[in-house]
Amino acid sequence: MSNNSGLVSLQRSVKQLRFEADIRRIKVSQAATELKSFCLQNAHKDPLLMGVPSSDNPFRPPKSCALF
Amino acid sequence: MAAQPSDTLATLKTESETLKTKLEEERAKLHDVELHQVAEKTEALGQFVMKTRRTLKGHGNKVLCLDWCKDKRRIVSSSQDGKVIVWDAFTTNKEHAVTMPCTWVMACAYAPSGCAVACGGLDNKCSVYPLSLDKNENLAAKKKSVAMHTNYLSACCFTNSDMQILTSSGDGTCALWDVESGQMLQSFHGHAADVLCLDLAPSETGNTFVSGGCDKKSCVWDMRTGQCVQSFETHESDINSVRYYPSGDAFASGSDDATCRLYDLRADREVAIYSKESIIFGASSVDFSLSGRLLFGGYNDYTINVWDVLKGTRVSILFGHENRVSTLRVSPDGTAFCSGSWDHTLRIWA
Repeated sequence: MSNNSGLVSLQRSVKQLRFEADIRRIKVSQAATELKSFCLQNAHKDPLLMGVPSSDNPFRPPKSCALF
Repeated sequence: MAAQPSDTLATLKTESETLKTKLEEERAKLHDVELHQVAEKTEALGQFVMKTRRTLKGHGNKVLCLDWCKDKRRIVSSSQDGKVIVWDAFTTNKEHAVTMPCTWVMACAYAPSGCAVACGGLDNKCSVYPLSLDKNENLAAKKKSVAMHTNYLSACCFTNSDMQILTSSGDGTCALWDVESGQMLQSFHGHAADVLCLDLAPSETGNTFVSGGCDKKSCVWDMRTGQCVQSFETHESDINSVRYYPSGDAFASGSDDATCRLYDLRADREVAIYSKESIIFGASSVDFSLSGRLLFGGYNDYTINVWDVLKGTRVSILFGHENRVSTLRVSPDGTAFCSGSWDHTLRIWA
């Protein structure tokens, strides 16, 4: 009995491996370039990256006005 | 002549080994460069000044999970003490509080509409609570049990509507549920141990999600068919957190092996490791800034490390929590991130 369930599990695992071995892949150089492009294109919209003026960020206390 | 069971077992084992080798070879063939090499000429990031801007106090025990509302100001958090609290992060006021019938509420999520929250943990269930505008109303009365697992609920998240919830469990499976009927729409089998975390792909990318577990594997699943379409096994210990890169083409994971790693889905391999010899405690929770350039990692050594995703270097280390950081999420508009800790508090950083 235990042989059978081990067999079934192994059959499933082999089927899964066959599926995964066959998928289409691209080169890391291409994938990495696209990840980099995405970062750089969206950098200006990233508040935590660029920092936003205190007055625009609801979590940062606005700087108080100093009257000279 | 009938085939001997032992022959078939041996043949399958050989085929399994052959396929695993083939998989590694195919992946290696395309490994022509490292991500940080591609980013060599990219301008380095400057100094970051991120501070705690709000501290949310009120939980009576370890904070285990948190999620932001789409309105960018409300947060739901859950704790070991069985409480689920909804906060207004701007004012730090508590808007709702629910006491669950179990302790260790390990998972909580805000519904896309902002009108409900889902949570669960040691009760093996995921329940949905509609949020009432009437502060006096007993939320527990309207509770709806949606998911039933055979072990603890480790993570949950609504899909792109209030109508479906994705769950992961200590029983080794993930499942997709219809909230209204409580029916299981799809189940996801493939992990060999507890599944600890999951993340839904950004909507433009289609119907997939990623999960990570105690079997050191992360798996990408097709939500419609239940099939695992890609899997990665490079971590050396439990994977506590997985989060998609904003474009949907990659995801990051944080593990008890003290590293965070980046996997590109189209190259089908790990493309970066974020680690330092001085970091020896597990990473419990990870999330990206809006552009994907920064990766925030909450660690069991009470700190938050901020990584330059492209260059692989650490750009900042944030101190403040007085115990493990257990959960961390960037706000929907990227202006801040929130961390939850075993020190009973949540902190908003900006």
